[in-house]
Amino acid sequence: MNSLNESKYILEVKDLKQYFPIKTGFKKTIMLKAVDGISFKIKPGETLGLVGESGCGKTTVGRTILHLYKPTSGEILYNGEAVNDKNITSLRKEMQMVFQDPYSSLNPRMTVEDIIGEPLDVHKLYQSKAERRDKILNLMEIVGLNAEHARRYAHEFSGGQRQRIGIARALAVDPSFIICDEPVSALDVSIQAQVINMFEELQQKLGVAYLFIAHDLLIVRHISDRIVVMYLGKIVEIAEADELNENPIHPYTESLLSAIPMPDPKAAKERKRIVLEGDVPSPMNLPSGCAFRARCRYATEQCAKECPPLSDRGNGHFVACFNK
Amino acid sequence: MKKYILEVKDLQTSFFTDSGEVKAVNGVSFNLERGKTLGIVGESGSGKSVTAYSIMQILADSGRIMGGEILYNGEDITKWDKKKMFGFRGKKCSIIFQDPMTSLNPVFTIGNQIMEAILLHTDRTKEKAKERAIEMLTLVGVNEPEKRLKQYPYELSGGMRQRVMIAMALACEPDILIADEPTTALDVTIQAQILELIQELQKRFKMAVVMVTHDLGIIADMCDEIIVMYGGRVCERGTAEDIFYHPHHEYTKGLLLSIPKASRMKQKLVPIGGTPINLLSMPKGCAFCSRCDKAMKICLEEVPQEMLIGPTHFASCWMNVKAQYEAENGGDFIE
Repeated sequence: MNSLNESKYILEVKDLKQYFPIKTGFKKTIMLKAVDGISFKIKPGETLGLVGESGCGKTTVGRTILHLYKPTSGEILYNGEAVNDKNITSLRKEMQMVFQDPYSSLNPRMTVEDIIGEPLDVHKLYQSKAERRDKILNLMEIVGLNAEHARRYAHEFSGGQRQRIGIARALAVDPSFIICDEPVSALDVSIQAQVINMFEELQQKLGVAYLFIAHDLLIVRHISDRIVVMYLGKIVEIAEADELNENPIHPYTESLLSAIPMPDPKAAKERKRIVLEGDVPSPMNLPSGCAFRARCRYATEQCAKECPPLSDRGNGHFVACFNK
Repeated sequence: MKKYILEVKDLQTSFFTDSGEVKAVNGVSFNLERGKTLGIVGESGSGKSVTAYSIMQILADSGRIMGGEILYNGEDITKWDKKKMFGFRGKKCSIIFQDPMTSLNPVFTIGNQIMEAILLHTDRTKEKAKERAIEMLTLVGVNEPEKRLKQYPYELSGGMRQRVMIAMALACEPDILIADEPTTALDVTIQAQILELIQELQKRFKMAVVMVTHDLGIIADMCDEIIVMYGGRVCERGTAEDIFYHPHHEYTKGLLLSIPKASRMKQKLVPIGGTPINLLSMPKGCAFCSRCDKAMKICLEEVPQEMLIGPTHFASCWMNVKAQYEAENGGDFIE
C-alpha cells in the first residue's frame, strides 16, 4: 500500500490530547490539559503558523507530533500513516524539528560537523566517511555557513549562526516536514530576517512543509499560508493568513491582533487597541465552558455552560465562538 | 530655550574585562523634556541598557563612566557622591527592569518591597507607608491590594509582577522613569496592558520616560523621540516621524526593511547581512561599516560625525556627507 498517493495531506492531527499529571499533594494528582482535543491538517509544501500566548500549548503540540511526549489520546497521521511508538524512529527521517533556543539546543561538546552529522549516523545515511563529510559540507553551504568552520564548537558562533546549525541538522535527513518551534524569537531583529528568508528559500527549493510555532504575529503572518490561533490548549480560530489578519472573528484573535505594536507611528496613533482585562487563567484550573470567557467582551451564559466547537464560516475560516 | 529634565552629553561608559576595555557606550547625547518619552532602540550589545544603567549609576563593578555629563535639572549627577545618589535613585528617577521574575526579591513580601522605597525616601510612618503601598497597587490595577501586600513574588503572574515593579518605581513620584525592556518577558495581550498603564501613569505624574527596547513596534507606539544605537554609538536620533519615515542612517534603513510590515506582507524581507559586531574588536571607522552595503573607503577609516538633517533630526553616516557634498559642488565625492 502506497500511502503517499492516498493522502493529500502530509500531516493530519485528529482530536489530539496531551495531559500532564501534576502532583498537588500527598497522593493527589490533577491533570494539566496542555493540549485538549485539537485537529488540523497540513498540505505538502505548506506553512501552517501556530500562534498563542505562553502556556497555551503550542510547543506541546509540536513536541507531541514527533512523539517527544506520548500523546494522551488522538491520532497523528503522516501521509495517511498513523504515527505510533514503533514507526516514529523511522518517521523522524521525514519529520524534523528546529528548536527555539540556539544556545541550549546544540551540544556544547560536539563540533558543528558532528552535530549536523548525528542524524546521518542515526539513520545510517552514508556509505563512507567521505560521503558523510560531503553531505555535511553541502548542508553547511545550503544554510550559509562557512565550510571551514566545520571543526568548530557551537559556542564559537553567534546566535543567528547557531540557529543555522540547528536548521542544517534538521535538513540532514532530507525531511518533508519541519516543526519550527519559535525559531527566531531568541535572535536580534536584523538577524531574524536572515533566518526567515532562509526558511522561505528552503521551502521553495526543497518543497518542505512547516509547522511554524511563534508568538510574534507579524512574523507568523509573513511566513504562513494559514494560521492556527490557540488559547489554553484549544484552537479558537483557523484561517488563511491574510483572511485572519483582515477579518478576525474570534474575540481573542481580534484583541491579539490589535495588541501587536506596529512599527509605524502614524498607524499606531490611529488604531484602537483592544486591551484585554485580566490574566490568562492557569491551565491547571480552567474555567468551565469557553476558556476565554473571563476576559471576553461578548461572553454570555451559554459560554459558561458549554465549550464552543469550531464552526465553518466559509473560505476555510473556522472559529470556535458562540457569539461572533 | 527649552527646559530639560535630563540632558546627557557625550556619555562614555566602559567595562574593564580580562580581554581589555569594552566601550559599551561611546558618545551618547540626548535631551529629555518633562512629560515626553524617549526611546532607545538597538540590538543586544548596542549599549542601550548600559546607557540607562549609567544614568542610574547602577553599573556592574567592572563598569565605569569614563566621560561626559548627565545633567538632571542642570546639575551633573556624575559628580554626585554616593549619598546624594541614594536620594536620586528611586526618588527622582526610577527604573523598571526587563524580567519581573528576577528583579523582585523572592524572600520578601510585595508589601515589604514597595514600602522599603517609601520608608527610605519619605518621612512617612510605617502605617502611612502601607496606605501608600495599597494606593499604588490600586493605581497600577492590582486587584485585592491588601491581600497582595502579604504575598510573595512567586505567587503572582508575570504581568502582575511587572505591575508591582511599576508601583514600586512610582511610589515616590519620580520625575523620570526608565523602562528597560519592560514587556519583553510578557505575552502580547499583557504587554498591551502594561504599555497602556505606563502611558496613563506618565500623564498623571507628568513624568519623563526613557523606554529602552529592541522592539520597533513599541518604539513607534510610545515614543516622541528616538535614539537608534549600534555598537555603543548613536546612529541616528530624531522624532518618531523622522526615524520611521525619513531614516538617514544605513542601519536604521536596514532595520526598518528587515521587519515584516502589514503593507508589504508578501514581499521578501531585506535582511541586514553579517553578524552583530564584537565590542572588543571595533572597526576604526563607523561601527556598522562591515555590515553596510554602501560602505565607502572613508567609512572604514573614520568615525562619521553627527550631522544635522532636519530641525530635530541628527544622523551619523558618511552617506549624508557625500550627498551634501554632491548637492553643493555637483561633482563626485572624493573620499
